[in-house]
Amino acid sequence: MSRPAENREQFRPENHENEHFLLTTVVGSYPKPKWLNRADDLAEDAESKFTHEHLHEAHDDACRVITAEHERAGLDTVVDGEMRRNEMVEFFAHRIDGYEFNGPVKVWGHNYFDKPSVSDTVEYDEPWLVDEFEFTRDVASKPVKVPITGPYTLANWSFNEAYETEEELAYELADLVNIEIEKLVEAGAKYIQIDEPALATTPDDHAIVGECLDRIVAGIDEDIRIGLHVCYGDYSRIYPEINDFPIDEFDVELCNGNYEQIDVFTEPEFGPDLALGVVDAHTAEVEPVEEIKKNILQGLKVVPPEKLTISPDCGLKLLPREIAYGKMENMVKAAREVEKELDAGEIDLETPVPLAD
Amino acid sequence: MTERVATTPGLFPLPDPAKQRLSDLKGHQKGDLISGNESDEIVAVYDEYRTQVITEQVEAGLDRISEGQLRWDDMLAHPLTVHENVETGGIVRYYDNNNFYRDPQVTGELTFSGDVASELDAAAAALAEADSDASLQATLPGPYSLFDLATDEYYGDEESFLDAVSEFLAAEVEAFPAHETLYLLEPSLVENAPGDGLDARASEAIDTVAAATDADVVVQTYFGALSEKVYAHLMDADIEAIGFDIVAGDREQTLYNINEYGTKTAAGLGISNGLNTLVESPETLAERVSWVQNKLPAQEFDRLYLSTNTEPFYLPVNKHLEKLAAVAAAAEIELEEVTA
Ligand SMILES: [Zn+2]
Repeated sequence: MSRPAENREQFRPENHENEHFLLTTVVGSYPKPKWLNRADDLAEDAESKFTHEHLHEAHDDACRVITAEHERAGLDTVVDGEMRRNEMVEFFAHRIDGYEFNGPVKVWGHNYFDKPSVSDTVEYDEPWLVDEFEFTRDVASKPVKVPITGPYTLANWSFNEAYETEEELAYELADLVNIEIEKLVEAGAKYIQIDEPALATTPDDHAIVGECLDRIVAGIDEDIRIGLHVCYGDYSRIYPEINDFPIDEFDVELCNGNYEQIDVFTEPEFGPDLALGVVDAHTAEVEPVEEIKKNILQGLKVVPPEKLTISPDCGLKLLPREIAYGKMENMVKAAREVEKELDAGEIDLETPVPLAD
Repeated sequence: MTERVATTPGLFPLPDPAKQRLSDLKGHQKGDLISGNESDEIVAVYDEYRTQVITEQVEAGLDRISEGQLRWDDMLAHPLTVHENVETGGIVRYYDNNNFYRDPQVTGELTFSGDVASELDAAAAALAEADSDASLQATLPGPYSLFDLATDEYYGDEESFLDAVSEFLAAEVEAFPAHETLYLLEPSLVENAPGDGLDARASEAIDTVAAATDADVVVQTYFGALSEKVYAHLMDADIEAIGFDIVAGDREQTLYNINEYGTKTAAGLGISNGLNTLVESPETLAERVSWVQNKLPAQEFDRLYLSTNTEPFYLPVNKHLEKLAAVAAAAEIELEEVTA
């Protein structure tokens, strides 16, 4: 069952100028400032005088800069750009008891991944993200969204030495994610996004992801907005099953594929809110506002405006920073213009996208 | 008495220092990967690490020594991605893994290349330097898997393309230096099994390659069990042994196939998991061998090749080396007497 997604109104800015409100957000990762990469290298270098405390300060500085950059772009909810994270599985594996690292493994060519092994029972030790959330919350004037790598991906992208099945490991990890969300909520978090890219490559496991989500949201207040992000896959393999997931919002990447898959979501009726990718995370050109507005209309084929969230396709970290910024800025402009047109009744909600000739 | 031979399917992980050195020398982009005409400097680095992995295998106590295939950036697609009449397309997924290779698009005749033969020449020389009784093992993709991993833009239909791939591989094998064993890796027979008609041809294609060598030919299948029909056709191939994945969940299907159709007098047993860092003890591995033999009371084996089920490049180097040693030790363990 979807959760009641009425919790989106809490993110409407006080000075919001339009009657309609298309919640604007980002998926999470963002290009690091160049000096932060140098700081990361220095901290690895045993001979440098640059300590881990220095690195911590550098991370704080970067989070402050990137959060401010998100606000300047006009987003309604912001992220710190995941400045403290190196990779989406490694970061969490370092924080969960039961994981160990044995060395890099090949992904393709000379690209490697420090794929961790679950060598013992996974357990919750120290909070994973509460400190960084509190820091970002304090420097931000907008609500802060917290992206968390989902338990299915954490299990699927690790070697499993300790559990009978990967499914069992995923459920154990889901219980840990639930504990972490409780702590984030205590610290004031209102918006959580679970990232499950592994589901795109093994879509037949959607029921496992569903069961993970049941565990993740257990006991979490309905005011807390829970999103799920899945990218670069064949959505028809997991739709309509995702309608049964206990989420407020499903965040998809469709701009990259020119919305070829959008019709997948029109039948049967879409359950949760739709967070639609309207700028491409893999092209280094900033889409013009007019083009992004057309992309937003694609989302109105699936859900009414009060259920539509606007987002980039995926994390923007692989782009040059000025391009990433330009995409966010134009995305917000486009959303505000579409809101105005909706207010003025200029958009036909029955056929939002003009039919091709 | 069954002889047990400790070996590997080949395709090792690059030693960790080599990962950095080679990526600095070659670059990170698609176009920077192995092309078959790399610079002397890059050749020298590969020579160095080839010698290292040969020494490591000798020290681990393996009976067959692989070249290691460290240059195979595109995994089993390598013999085609370095070919002059093949263009490398986009990055595509390698079976069901989180690994990717460059799509080899065959745009012209698959003429003789000699790329793998020159690697084996270097390996034979390095092995001769090592103080070892172990002998050289060659590894190639099986013709059906190479056909399955590639895109044909020249031959026009599946049958001609599969024939061309098998004749290409046969010519490569003819140029090999003396080798005791040839492993043909055929994961596609499991993962993307050939349909009617093509299944018989896949087995004939293996014959074409196997006929090009005097060595013992092992056709290693993995990522699970073969379907009954594909297995029945594979039994027609004139090879020394079929290799089975004894780690995968559907091994009962493998036993069923062998019970129904028999198998060769030798077999390959993939007993150590190449996809997981958990290092099985030699005793556990030996028990897996006994388990197979006990389940097949009617089957007598002259020889069993013991190895990981898959290529070991999925593993971090430390675990890969521990698994090599465990397989070698397992081949020495006295097995409980099997009563027929
Ligand atoms: Zn994504």
